[in-house]
Amino acid sequence: MSLSLSLNINGQMRAVDIDDPRITLLDLLRERLELTGAKKGCDRGQCGACTVLVDGKRINACLALAVTLDGAEITTIEGLAGEDGLHPVQAAFIHHDGFQCGFCTPGQIMSAVGLLAEGHAGDDPERVREQMSGNLCRCGAYRGITEAVLDAHRTLNATAREDAA
Amino acid sequence: MNRFDYIRPASVAEAVAAATQPGSAYLAGGTNLVDLMKGGALRPDCLVDISRLPGLDRIEWLADGGLRIGALVRNADLAHDALVQARFPAVSEALLSGASAQLRNVATLGGNLLQQTRCPYFYDTASACNRRAPGSGCDALQGENRSHAVLGWSDHCIATHPSDLCVPLVALDAVIEVQGPQGSRGIPLETLHPLPGDTPHLETMLSPGELITAVRIPAEAIAVAGHARYLKVRERTSFAFALVSAAAGLELDGGVIRKARLALGGVAARPWRARVAEAALEGGPATAEAFARAAEAALADARPSGDNAFKIELARRILIRALQEALAGTPEQRPALPASPFAPPSGARHVA
Ligand SMILES: Cc1cc2nc3c(=O)[nH]c(=O)nc-3n(C[C@H](O)[C@H](O)[C@H](O)COP(=O)(O)OP(=O)(O)OC[C@H]3O[C@@H](n4cnc5c(N)ncnc54)[C@H](O)[C@@H]3O)c2cc1C
Ligand code: SF4
Ligand code: FES
Ligand code: FES
Repeated sequence: MSLSLSLNINGQMRAVDIDDPRITLLDLLRERLELTGAKKGCDRGQCGACTVLVDGKRINACLALAVTLDGAEITTIEGLAGEDGLHPVQAAFIHHDGFQCGFCTPGQIMSAVGLLAEGHAGDDPERVREQMSGNLCRCGAYRGITEAVLDAHRTLNATAREDAA
Repeated sequence: MNRFDYIRPASVAEAVAAATQPGSAYLAGGTNLVDLMKGGALRPDCLVDISRLPGLDRIEWLADGGLRIGALVRNADLAHDALVQARFPAVSEALLSGASAQLRNVATLGGNLLQQTRCPYFYDTASACNRRAPGSGCDALQGENRSHAVLGWSDHCIATHPSDLCVPLVALDAVIEVQGPQGSRGIPLETLHPLPGDTPHLETMLSPGELITAVRIPAEAIAVAGHARYLKVRERTSFAFALVSAAAGLELDGGVIRKARLALGGVAARPWRARVAEAALEGGPATAEAFARAAEAALADARPSGDNAFKIELARRILIRALQEALAGTPEQRPALPASPFAPPSGARHVA
């Protein structure tokens, strides 16, 4: 069975032929498109290391069959930084030491970008922790992660205010 | 994962026709099905992708005041719908206490109702499991069964149904709309999941090919909106299945309970409506003694199925706590930790 997909990956249209409907989005990205930023931790939806944005929403790439996503817009960690440098969430993770080994970090950052777009956590650390609970960190960098997300929330809010002014 | 064919039907009729073929399975968000296929516990020959079927992703208010939710509405969208939150706050809270933000963005209403048990032996193809392989036995009976059922189980299967969403939905008398080869029909959610008896492999009342198209919540259920909670005890604060959970809704007339809606989760193979406990409360005062009596009544038939006698007392306590919280009133702002019995009063932090 040969299936042709058209995907917008990090702003670039890609025509992708796959020969097997079993391929997950995570395997497609890592094994066929050389985008190894999204990590495979558990491969079962339990750790969040594979988090990417699909049509602007954070999801677990390991549980999504690629074939179901024809026409989707996918953003991975590789597509986050802009021409003028790191995304505010990336910068905040560095500033607040939101990691140790870094394995969970692409997933944490993509999840945080999704969380900030959802807009349900505000500046409440408790809500940030709760809404980031789909991302595990074996190094236990949670404190820095929470601070980074709160800091990025402030930065993005300030930018939004400047843009509005 | 086994090899399978993949089709994406354009209409409900096409989907039903395809899924009526033996070996076919509907694929919605895939967060449960793909997981089970990776481990080999389920091996469908053909996946019928319903995720893009038109018209099934709407939240509609009916002329009679009831709610109709399309089967493909994502868990996150349902939970954050402002009117759903206002009129059915326990539904919203239950959804937000389940899984993770990533999974809730993908998981659908229909898939949530039909998700499989989390019994580890069901997932492990090397284990005996009557639910997965009829007649093979049940390795949970003598195995790790701390989280298994205390109500409605049999010696053939002691699994629980893991959905959070289903618990408030049964308390609110939700009805499922299904479309099958024989046409459409409505099924009370309370009867969707049969108790195991000696046929635990018959997991739902749906016939082959039947598709859930929507869930309806009747208008009467809005009457408990001001006094409704969902509480869930888990092994960790967030992103874990319920050990025991409870939905409670009260309609009060002064200090007297006019109507009570109660259901338990994590205790049986179906979301467990606690009708005896409701009857014990209705017409009486909303007091601590009444709540304790109701909890006794709700668990009167409970028996441990293994290393889980603690769940019976835990269920009593969580039911009482849910009733107390419901009596105090639905919180104006959604708690930071949805459904957590450890969530401190508003303002205080769970972690300093
Ligand atoms: C790590 C993890 C943690 C989780 N934690 C929780 C939790 O705490 N609480 C909780 O409640 N849930 C939890 N879940 C389960 C999650 O809620 C379910 O996986 C999800 O709701 C399933 O929805 P889906 O659309 O992805 O279903 P799918 O995986 O697509 O389908 C599930 C089943 O339903 C059938 N199906 C789907 N839609 C229909 C339909 N319309 N008509 C007929 N059949 C249909 C499919 O054939 C399949 O058998 C968790 C899942 C994971 C992976
Ligand atoms: S409890 Fe049920 S699901 Fe678990 S092993 Fe026994 S038969 Fe299978
Ligand atoms: S790899 Fe996807 S959640 Fe762990
Ligand atoms: S930084 Fe090592 S797992 Fe999170």
